[in-house]
Amino acid sequence: MHPNLHLWLIPFLCFLGFACNLLLGRTWSQKTAGWVGVLFPAAAFVDALWVVSQWSRITVPYLETHSPWIAAGPLTIPYGFQLDQLSLVMMLIVTGVGLLIHVYSLGYMAHEGGFYRFFAYLNMFMFFMLLLVLAGNYLLMFIGWEGVGFASYVLIGFFFRKDSASAAGMKAFITNRIGDFGFLIGLFFIFDHFHSFDYTTVFAQVRQMPVEHAWSGLLTVIGLLLFVGATGKSAQIPLYVWLPDAMEGPTPVSALIHAATMVTAGVYMVCRSAAIYDRAPLALSVVLATGALTAIFAASIGILQRDIKKVLAYSTVSQLGYMFMACGAMAYGAGIFHLMTHAFFKGLLFLGAGSVIHAMSGEQDMFRIQALAPGGLRRYVPITFWTFLIATCAISGIPGFSGFFSKDKILYEVLSGQHPNAFWWAVGTIAALMTSFYMFRALFVTFLAGPETAALSHPTGQEPRAVEAHSVDAGFTAGHAEHQAAHPPAHEAAHPHESPASMTVPLIILGILAAFGGYIGLGDRFENFLAPVFNTGVVLPTHPAASELSVSLISISVAVVGLLLAWFYYVKNRQAAENLKHSLAGLYRLVFNKYWIDELYGLVFTRPLAAFSRVVLWRIVDVGMIDGTVNGIATFARGVGSGLRRQESGNIRSYASWVGLGAVVVVLYVLVVGVR
Amino acid sequence: MGYLNHTILSWVLFLPTIGGGVILLARSHRAVRWTAFIFSLATFLLSLHLPFHFDSAQTGYQFVQNKAWIPAFQIHYFLGIDGISLWLLPLTTLLTFLGVLVSWKGIQHNVKAFYFLLLILETGMLGVFASLDLFLFYVFWEVSLVPMALLIGIWGHENRIYAAVKFFLYTMAGSLLMLACIIWLYNLTGTFSFPGILAGLRAGTFHLTAGTEMWLFLGFFIAFAIKVPLFPFHTWLPDAHVEAPTAGSVLLAGVLLKMGAYGLLRFNLTLFPRASQRAAHWIVILGLIGLIYGALVAFSQKNMKKLVAYSSVSHMGLIIVGVFTFTAIGTQGAVYQMLNHGVSTSGLFILVGMLFERRHTFDLSEYGGIATAMPIYAGFFLLMVMSSVGLPPLNGFVGEFLLMLGAFVARHGYGITAAVGVIVSAMYLLKWTRDTLWGEIKRPANLSLADLDFREGFVLGVLGVLVLVMGFASPLFLNKVSTATRANLAPYAAQARPEANRLAELFLAPPARVPASAPGGRR
Repeated sequence: MHPNLHLWLIPFLCFLGFACNLLLGRTWSQKTAGWVGVLFPAAAFVDALWVVSQWSRITVPYLETHSPWIAAGPLTIPYGFQLDQLSLVMMLIVTGVGLLIHVYSLGYMAHEGGFYRFFAYLNMFMFFMLLLVLAGNYLLMFIGWEGVGFASYVLIGFFFRKDSASAAGMKAFITNRIGDFGFLIGLFFIFDHFHSFDYTTVFAQVRQMPVEHAWSGLLTVIGLLLFVGATGKSAQIPLYVWLPDAMEGPTPVSALIHAATMVTAGVYMVCRSAAIYDRAPLALSVVLATGALTAIFAASIGILQRDIKKVLAYSTVSQLGYMFMACGAMAYGAGIFHLMTHAFFKGLLFLGAGSVIHAMSGEQDMFRIQALAPGGLRRYVPITFWTFLIATCAISGIPGFSGFFSKDKILYEVLSGQHPNAFWWAVGTIAALMTSFYMFRALFVTFLAGPETAALSHPTGQEPRAVEAHSVDAGFTAGHAEHQAAHPPAHEAAHPHESPASMTVPLIILGILAAFGGYIGLGDRFENFLAPVFNTGVVLPTHPAASELSVSLISISVAVVGLLLAWFYYVKNRQAAENLKHSLAGLYRLVFNKYWIDELYGLVFTRPLAAFSRVVLWRIVDVGMIDGTVNGIATFARGVGSGLRRQESGNIRSYASWVGLGAVVVVLYVLVVGVR
Repeated sequence: MGYLNHTILSWVLFLPTIGGGVILLARSHRAVRWTAFIFSLATFLLSLHLPFHFDSAQTGYQFVQNKAWIPAFQIHYFLGIDGISLWLLPLTTLLTFLGVLVSWKGIQHNVKAFYFLLLILETGMLGVFASLDLFLFYVFWEVSLVPMALLIGIWGHENRIYAAVKFFLYTMAGSLLMLACIIWLYNLTGTFSFPGILAGLRAGTFHLTAGTEMWLFLGFFIAFAIKVPLFPFHTWLPDAHVEAPTAGSVLLAGVLLKMGAYGLLRFNLTLFPRASQRAAHWIVILGLIGLIYGALVAFSQKNMKKLVAYSSVSHMGLIIVGVFTFTAIGTQGAVYQMLNHGVSTSGLFILVGMLFERRHTFDLSEYGGIATAMPIYAGFFLLMVMSSVGLPPLNGFVGEFLLMLGAFVARHGYGITAAVGVIVSAMYLLKWTRDTLWGEIKRPANLSLADLDFREGFVLGVLGVLVLVMGFASPLFLNKVSTATRANLAPYAAQARPEANRLAELFLAPPARVPASAPGGRR
């Protein structure tokens, strides 16, 4: 009746792949390293399918507990795994999409150095990600949570000789750590009150607790703190800044980690903690508002990006915002639904972009791609084009494609669900319009023939180029530097080429999923399947403000309007776009420069902190005051010894430091004692 | 086994001394090195007897050996270990063994004296962890001090004399205070036996007034706080580390700093529980300041050894926080993090030393792009850095998490402040990694750097395996610690949680308590 599923084996298989390639990969041929790198995730996928085949024979949730990982005092954290509807879906997404992207990488990375290293890291990522979704307690999830962050760090910085790549990796890690600070404190609160990290134990106690109001409760605090972690991992305002930079990584990495799986970990975590959030309306409202704001904010930036990967990056940030909107509206099922369709279409978009970059020997600027591919790139890369088209339709919410079902469901729930808010629904709908616009813009500019005048091949002129030169050029020169070596520039412009089968087959499979994946949600089947996980004992009345059909009609119309606008400005009448840009120059500059958020963070946080560390703490406090005092005492003793003859003037600095120290002590006293 | 169990500690302690004697007879540098190699390896293997035959369920001390030494003053040769000291001995013997290996090529003058002092140092350090007689403890404490000062002063770098004198005076000032307190205690109780004094205090045979207790507490505390080093007693550490030879840094960071934390845990907490409780709040605050301050100062260091030294200030600060939270979780975390810090920080110093042997500079701006020239080295570097960052499931996380959780349980504000450490530690360590490993090679001299040879790979491999094993399988180690920490915390068990003082209450209404409290309770 209770088959042993050996859930641990699924992540462990990927760990084996990691270990093999890390330890032996150097001695292997590229082919062997690649096959080993694909074989282990494939085995994990097969194992996952076997687990699915056992589904009817197990009681859900299925728990599996092994020996303890940490045991100290009252704390015991076992290597414990849990399988329920939610982790089942996540497991299938991670292993399935992950496997496709591994196969794709065989072709994409064929011309790069460090092939074995790439697959080792990718396998390591799979290991941690599967640990994250299959864990049976918060702390084991946290291993995966931090582990995927580390995998992301080394993969973003895969081309580590490039400064921008290593900087982006570091930024990603540190930004995530800021989120983890909140996450950890949330975990502390959980342990302090529930004496356990096990999901089952914690949630059983949470279910006994009432719904909280406003600021007054423990669960609200926990929910908000956990969400801080989610904003880091899932790139929400204010911690989204690392994700666009993360595009420095190889494109399959962007597809797997920074689109399909890792960045959705925050959504997964919030859904997993549904029992907590359902009782914390304030936390829900924060989640909803953050999601909606991020959705529209990132979408607006996406409108003006020129680098195809940057468009997709901001789009990912924006789509993650939708998933959090769903969570905030207590429609967790819809959030996971969108998470899944997003994994299909966004994975596909990135792989398609990779295929384009591959075809164009490293070019990532959409407008230059258009200029370099006479007659439109779609003639040279038909499979890439058609699959990219499917994915664009899906993300834009064109009816019938997967993204339509999930996004429409989210918007409906935000307007009329258990925790509704008409304002955020409107924001989400406008963001959907923007999504449709920027995605079709990307599609048209990348794949269709450009205007005939050469002048328009650099349509934005000097001013934005100057600002963007850094990232565009970096994208051009590195990453695919080896590609360029393999294909001389003259060759490149004339003959863009379709990618090899190892790349196009994953495109086609994902294309099918992106096109038809939404139908499993028909009649709420998908959400009903997940419903037992999200049945947390809190049921609020829904507020049907509008019929599902009318909401859908609005969604459909904004999608179509976005499409038409993109067609008008980027195919029909390119000059109109130019005119619009000039008439709204101020707004254009603001959005084009991404609202100068990175610069603001640098000005407010990064640089002051570095200066504080160098000048105040080290030079003044450490060397000046503390060490100066110690040496001063020594000098003083020596001075006394030799009859007070020489009182060195060097001590003045130390005296001055003492005065400063006195001030600090007074301030600290007031702060520490006064507050209590 | 009976004979061995009763003498094993003496064998472990004095095998290095015997090795030191044999080294004096050796004729060639080669013979000296191999003698040191054999004796340090043998000591390590012998010390493994301890964890294998340690009974984790038994309270009190094990492998005890107690003989009168100077009967006129009741001074005994009294050795024994419990769960708190158990793992520190194999850590010491392992790091000494690795210290012999890392010095293989770096030490080329006065080779005989170097290895002699290294082995004498080992005896001193082991004795500190195994002594149960306060006078004997003090003797070993000083025995460990002198060889280390000489190692820095003779085999150090440019500014070695300054650093050695500073190290010596600093530590000496503290240990003289401690000696005075030990003698004071002897006057009060008539014995140097630590278990004897403790039993007397707990049974009420001896009574300390609150004032006396506080003075004694402070005397021990300052000696140990300097050794840890706790902010603001830390400024000897960066100088000592920068000047010390690699093996010196390894033992300094890996073992000597632990002597301070160990002393606090073993003596201050047990002998002076009331004073400990009174002082705890301020000591925790110093620890928290050290944690964040050390990390922030490390952020702006240009000298790699200074950077790692300040990282030690940061890590040790958190350990002291754990010690003074008086929680089972925090205490076990402190004991475990001592071991983890010993492994990963030694690893970092060894890595820095390997670069120094190749380029003869610690200046960070001389490096960059090392991953291209030395890929295997870069892998170990990344592993050790991540252990130090506290990336789960590596060893550093387990200790750090327990410490932070213990601090949080004791008082929310402690835990929240400690958690800031996860951000700042990532900042300086990743910046260092980037400046060292990533990017293009900028200095031509770095183009032809040789990757690790077998000896270097072996040393780092041992530490790397420990980083993984201690991370994935912490119960292997922690299981043997829990009985002793529980006994150590006995005076604090009844202590009520300072509900009214908790930071959380500042922004939280009293939470709705779950009626059915989980088994096990809070501590």
